[in-house]
Amino acid sequence: MSTLKPSKPLSYAVLGFGYSFLYLPILLLIVYSFNESKLVTVWSGFSTKWYWALLEDDELITAALLSIKIALMTATASVVVGTWAGFVMARLNRFRLFPLFAGMINAPLVIPEVIQGISLLLLFVAMEQTLGWPEGRGVFTIWIGHVMLCVSYVAIIVQSRVRELNRSLEEAAMDLGARPLKVFCVITLPLISQALVSGWLLSFTLSLDDLVLTAFLSGPGSTTLPMVVFSRVRLGLNPEMNALATLFILVVSVGVVAGNLYMRSVQRKREREMQLAFKAA
Amino acid sequence: MIGVPFLFLFVFFLLPFLLVVGISFSQQQLGIPPYTPLTKMEDDVFTLVLNIGHYKFMLGDDLYFATYISSVKMAFVSTVLCLLIGYPMAYYIARASDSARDTLMMMVMLPFWTSYLIRVYAWIGILKNDGFLNQFLMWLGVIDTPLRLYHTNWGVYIGMVFSYLPFMIMPLYSHLVKMDLRLLEAAYDLGARPWKAFVQVTLPLSKNGIIAGSLLVFIPAVGEYVIPELLGGSDTLMIGRVMWDEFFNNMDWPMAATVTCAMVLLLLVPMAMFQHYQAKVMEEVK
Repeated sequence: MSTLKPSKPLSYAVLGFGYSFLYLPILLLIVYSFNESKLVTVWSGFSTKWYWALLEDDELITAALLSIKIALMTATASVVVGTWAGFVMARLNRFRLFPLFAGMINAPLVIPEVIQGISLLLLFVAMEQTLGWPEGRGVFTIWIGHVMLCVSYVAIIVQSRVRELNRSLEEAAMDLGARPLKVFCVITLPLISQALVSGWLLSFTLSLDDLVLTAFLSGPGSTTLPMVVFSRVRLGLNPEMNALATLFILVVSVGVVAGNLYMRSVQRKREREMQLAFKAA
Repeated sequence: MIGVPFLFLFVFFLLPFLLVVGISFSQQQLGIPPYTPLTKMEDDVFTLVLNIGHYKFMLGDDLYFATYISSVKMAFVSTVLCLLIGYPMAYYIARASDSARDTLMMMVMLPFWTSYLIRVYAWIGILKNDGFLNQFLMWLGVIDTPLRLYHTNWGVYIGMVFSYLPFMIMPLYSHLVKMDLRLLEAAYDLGARPWKAFVQVTLPLSKNGIIAGSLLVFIPAVGEYVIPELLGGSDTLMIGRVMWDEFFNNMDWPMAATVTCAMVLLLLVPMAMFQHYQAKVMEEVK
């Protein structure tokens, strides 16, 4: 039997190499954000001055606030549309155009963003020409673009959760006379709430981080945080960007780890309750 | 019920695509919008003007051809490198103890949640001539003169593998973790050596994971813009970058649309494979 277990040293070597590859760059970035020197790669002493510089960087702060606003709008809208689409995918997959529908859900996961960027821009320009709306580009067009980017992720998370659901609960509610919409709101939604939360969080971070789509869809006065960051790092290293990156990584990591632990505990609790329920029955 | 999401996707995904195809046949002009309309109605005569000049130019131009070849090559090499690093990682994560598995997978996913732009930026400090990697190698005495990695194709490969590795590991892991280990046991009982058992049992069983992971890396990598722009040199030819320059620097929207169409054409087969795979995954869940 012992032959079935892979060799320990080899396993440690592979994983050690893999995880250092994934984490060493980020670690260096964080350490050198506390470097006093303007030359990012030459250590000259500990300092937090680049963090204070961030606070006085008005361009950056304005852009960050706009990005957060767009991310909140995007996450919320993506969850609504994505849940709807995911539900359709999981339950109503017998209609004629279903392959087209599934294709349109799956394609944005892999399609290069430059393609989606130019297509959506041309759509908005054509709409403005023929309908007179939307006037110019800005928060609205970025919002639609980001929703397009995130809907697929939400739809796929939701559809796989909906497929796992035990339909007897919904059927029981139906038998007791609840209307389909009520069943959805009272029974189905709470059951898939975990998927909705992860979909919302994923959409929020995807939107906050998006550069390519935003560059095509933004107009004057709607410069988001990634656009500012990109225009600066294009010129090379910048200690202030290290400080910003560190803050960003810190917030996201705490969020992801906390979310993950919470989900695991919920999962365990649910499994326990299920066992108890089956025992009682 | 079906209508709303269907309409949403149709209007914001499929329709824009058709517009790109349309505009690739128009002509650049000064004004708003910066392209000529395809159709005209004059004295009850309806005319449709299709300008195939951009396509002719693209097919005849050596630089464009070189860009396509180079994009596909760079995406392909990145995919192979991702597979070479990702497969052993996914394999050992899948064979780790139950309690370690979740944590290890979370650690693979964590970089995917943090900013992609930041992760690419992190490599600038490492790859530069006076960056960490060269400092380290020179300190070790392995090299005397710094390696040129920043602003070269090597920089792009490293950046791509780093950014896309989680997409490779995820499907590989989900196939490897599902595998019935009794099959391996049977192979061993029948006298297979570990290496042979791996090649004849594990590898075929993870075939779908390899295909899915490779497509998840290859398709977006072909059109990648940020990584070649930040880590690549001016001679790093990538189709996404060419399209970006046509659009933002030359303001030639019809040419950018033509390049986009060519990119879509290039990705048609891998995209179809991806769709096929996704449909299969959904069937399995049912």
